[in-house]
Amino acid sequence: MSNLEQLKSAFGSKFNTSQYQFAHAFGDDSIVIPKEDVIPVFTFLKNGDHFDFLMDVCGVDYPGRAKRFDVVYHLFHSKNGNRLRIKVPLAEGEYVDSLVGIWKGADWFEREAYDMFGIVFRGHPNLRRILTHHQFVGHPLRKDYEADRQQHCTSSLPVHFDNVNGEDGSLLNDNFVPINIGPSHPAMHGTLRVMAEMDGETIVRAGCEIGYLHRCFEKMAETHPYNQVIPYTDRLNYCSAPMNNVGYCKAVEKILGVEIPPKAQAMRVILCELSRVIDHIVAVGTGGVDLGALTAFFHLFTYREKVYHLFEKLCGARLTVSLTRVGGMAQDAPEGWYDDVLAFCKEMRQEVDEISKLLLDNKIFIKRTQGVCPVKAADAIAWGYTGPLLRASGVGLDLRKIKPYYGYDALDFDVPVGTNGDIYDRYLVRIEEMRQSIRIIEQVCKNIPGGDYTIRDRSIVLPEKKDVYGNIEGLMNHFMLVIKGLRPPVGDVYDATEAANGELGFYLVSDGSANPYRLKVRPPCFAIYQSFPSVVKGAMLADAIATVASMNVIAGELDR
Amino acid sequence: MTPQNLEDQTMDDFSKQIAFTTRLDDLVAWGRKNALWPLPYGTACCGIELMSVMGPKYDLARFGAEVVRFSPRQADLLLVAGTITEKMAPVLVRIYRQMLEPKYVLSMGACASSGGFYRAYHVLQGIDSVIPVDVFVPGCPPTPEAVLDGIMLLQKMIAEHHPRPWKQNWKAPDYV
Ligand code: SF4
Repeated sequence: MSNLEQLKSAFGSKFNTSQYQFAHAFGDDSIVIPKEDVIPVFTFLKNGDHFDFLMDVCGVDYPGRAKRFDVVYHLFHSKNGNRLRIKVPLAEGEYVDSLVGIWKGADWFEREAYDMFGIVFRGHPNLRRILTHHQFVGHPLRKDYEADRQQHCTSSLPVHFDNVNGEDGSLLNDNFVPINIGPSHPAMHGTLRVMAEMDGETIVRAGCEIGYLHRCFEKMAETHPYNQVIPYTDRLNYCSAPMNNVGYCKAVEKILGVEIPPKAQAMRVILCELSRVIDHIVAVGTGGVDLGALTAFFHLFTYREKVYHLFEKLCGARLTVSLTRVGGMAQDAPEGWYDDVLAFCKEMRQEVDEISKLLLDNKIFIKRTQGVCPVKAADAIAWGYTGPLLRASGVGLDLRKIKPYYGYDALDFDVPVGTNGDIYDRYLVRIEEMRQSIRIIEQVCKNIPGGDYTIRDRSIVLPEKKDVYGNIEGLMNHFMLVIKGLRPPVGDVYDATEAANGELGFYLVSDGSANPYRLKVRPPCFAIYQSFPSVVKGAMLADAIATVASMNVIAGELDR
Repeated sequence: MTPQNLEDQTMDDFSKQIAFTTRLDDLVAWGRKNALWPLPYGTACCGIELMSVMGPKYDLARFGAEVVRFSPRQADLLLVAGTITEKMAPVLVRIYRQMLEPKYVLSMGACASSGGFYRAYHVLQGIDSVIPVDVFVPGCPPTPEAVLDGIMLLQKMIAEHHPRPWKQNWKAPDYV
C-alpha cells in the first residue's frame, strides 16, 4: 500500500474526508483539505509520527478562482524520507489557523505568506511584514501586483522585538539597554540586523529584522522563461551558486519527467561537492574572523580561489556560473579538467587537516564555542533545521543518504554528526563534511561516464551552435524553442537537494506556459535563523555574534 | 650647520639636495589616493567577490587601501558591493552622511549601479539616485581585476583633482 493510501485509510476513521482530495502526481503526494481541518489534521500527522518536519509553508495566487489562494504546506519525515503536500484553498478575506503552536518553525514562513499574499494566519503572534519594508503597501506576489512597481522606503524601524504571550514587542523595558547591530556591521555579513535588550552583558531579549536583501527572486522567476531563471538561482546562496542551479534544474526536470544522462549527473555531483567545500570555507573562514581569528580566513581563501579557478576553466565565470541547463549541463568539461580537480582535492585534504588544527584545536576558539548556545535535537527539528546545523545537534539526516539522487547511493561517504549542537560541533561537522566532499569528488572524477552531457530532446534543449548555423533543422529548432519556450505540463512539484546549508527545496507550479506560474524556494537558513532570538536568550552578546556566524546565514537565500 | 650661517647661494644648492617642490594640493592628493580607507558595504554576491579583492590573491592592500574600516567615521571610500533594496536605501544614505569629507563612492556591480537584472518591486534602481557615485564598475559580479581597475581610476581622479559635479550638486534625500 502506498503512503498516500495508508494516510487515506488512517484519515478515514478520524476525519470527514468527503471534501478531501487525495492526489498523486509527478511522484508527489498531495491532499487538499478545508481550512477548518487544518489544526486537527496537522496535529494528527505530527503526533501519529507520520511526519516530523514542517519544511515549508507558502501561498499561491489563482485570481480566477472563487477561492483565490492556496496555502501550501510541505511535510517531511526524517526516518523514511516520505513527503506530503497539503493544500488549503482560501478566499480573499478568509483566514487559516496558524501552525506555530504545533511546529514553531511555521513562524517566519507564515509571516512571509502574509507579506507576499496577504494571507491571514489566525493566532500567529507576530503577523507583520517580514521581507518587504514597513512602508510597503500591497502584497507583491499576488498576480495583480506588477513586478516592477517600486515603493520607496524613507526610514528604518526603531529597535523592536516579537510579541510574546500577548505582550507588545515594540515596548522597551527601561531597566535594560537596547542595542542595535547592523545591517551595516562587520559581524552581520552585510544585511542582517539584530536587536537586543541587555542586562549588563547578558541578552534579555533578542530580535532580528530581515529583508534587507529581498530582491524579489520569486517574482522574477514568474516573469522569466524557465532557462532564464537559472542565473537568478545563482544569486540565492551565492557562496555555493552551482548548488542552486542544480536544485532548480532538478525540480524542472522532475515536472518534465526527464532523467539527465550519467555524465551530466557526475558533473553535477562534482560541482555540488566543490561548492559545498567553498561554502564551508566561507562559513568557517568568516566564522573565525568574527571570533577574531584572521589567519584561517586567509588560509582558506587561498583555496577558495583555486576552486574559482576550476569554475573559470569550466565556464569562464567565477562566482555566478549558471552552469546547468534544464536537461543537463551547458557544455562539456575541457580536457584535463578532471585531473585539475583531482590535484585540487589532494591539496585541499592537507589544508583541511591544517585548518582543523588551527581552529578546532585552538584554545581560544574552543573556549568561545564549546557549550555555547546549544540547540537540542528536538528543538532543531521543531524549528526546521536541516544540514550541518541539524547534524551538529545529533540528527544524522542527509538527503544524499535518505533519498539519494545522481548516484550518491553508489558513493562511499560518511555523514558526520555532532553530539551537543553547540557552536563548536557546527564547525566540527562542517570541517568533516569538507573531507567527505573531497572523498566524493575523488570517486566521481576517477569514474567519469562517457556519453553526452545533456539530453537531446528538441522541445527542451537548444541545439548546438554548429547545428544552428550549419543546417536548417537546427536553425528552426533553435528558433522555435526560443520563441515558444520550454513548456512543462500543468501541475506542481516539490523537489529538494542537500545544499551546503541544508535542505534547499523548490516548489514549482506550472500552468503549461513558458514561465513558471509560481516558484517558491525553501531556503535552509530561513528556518534556522528564525530560531536565533530564542537560541541566544540569556547568553552573552559576544556569544550571539558567534551564533550568527555559525548559522551561516546567507542573505541571498534568506531574503531572496 | 644652521641655515643662518650660509650664503644665499649655498642655501639654494643645499635645498636642492634634500627637498623638492610641489603644490600643496598635489601632495595632499598623493597622500589621499594612496591611503584610501574603504568601508566595504557588501550586501550580496558582489560582497563575496569583494572578499576575493581583499583576499590573498588580488590583495587590495597593494594599492594602499589596506585598512578596511567598518565605521563610516573612519573611512573615506564607500565600496558599495551588492544589491541595494528599497529597505536598505535609508541605511545606505545614513552611512554615507556619517562619513567625513573628503569621501568617495565606488559602486561595484550591475545591481548597485542600476538595479542589475532585478527590475523588481523591492530593488533600488541604482544607488546614484540616493548618493553621489564616483566610479561605476560593471559586471555581475565584476572580476576582482575590474574592481582594482575601478580603484585605480578613482586614484587617478583624486590625483588630477577631477571635478565632481555629481557630488557638488548632490542633495541629501529627505530621509528621517
Ligand atoms: S551585480 Fe550580480 S553579482 Fe553583484 S550583487 Fe548584483 S546580482 Fe549579485
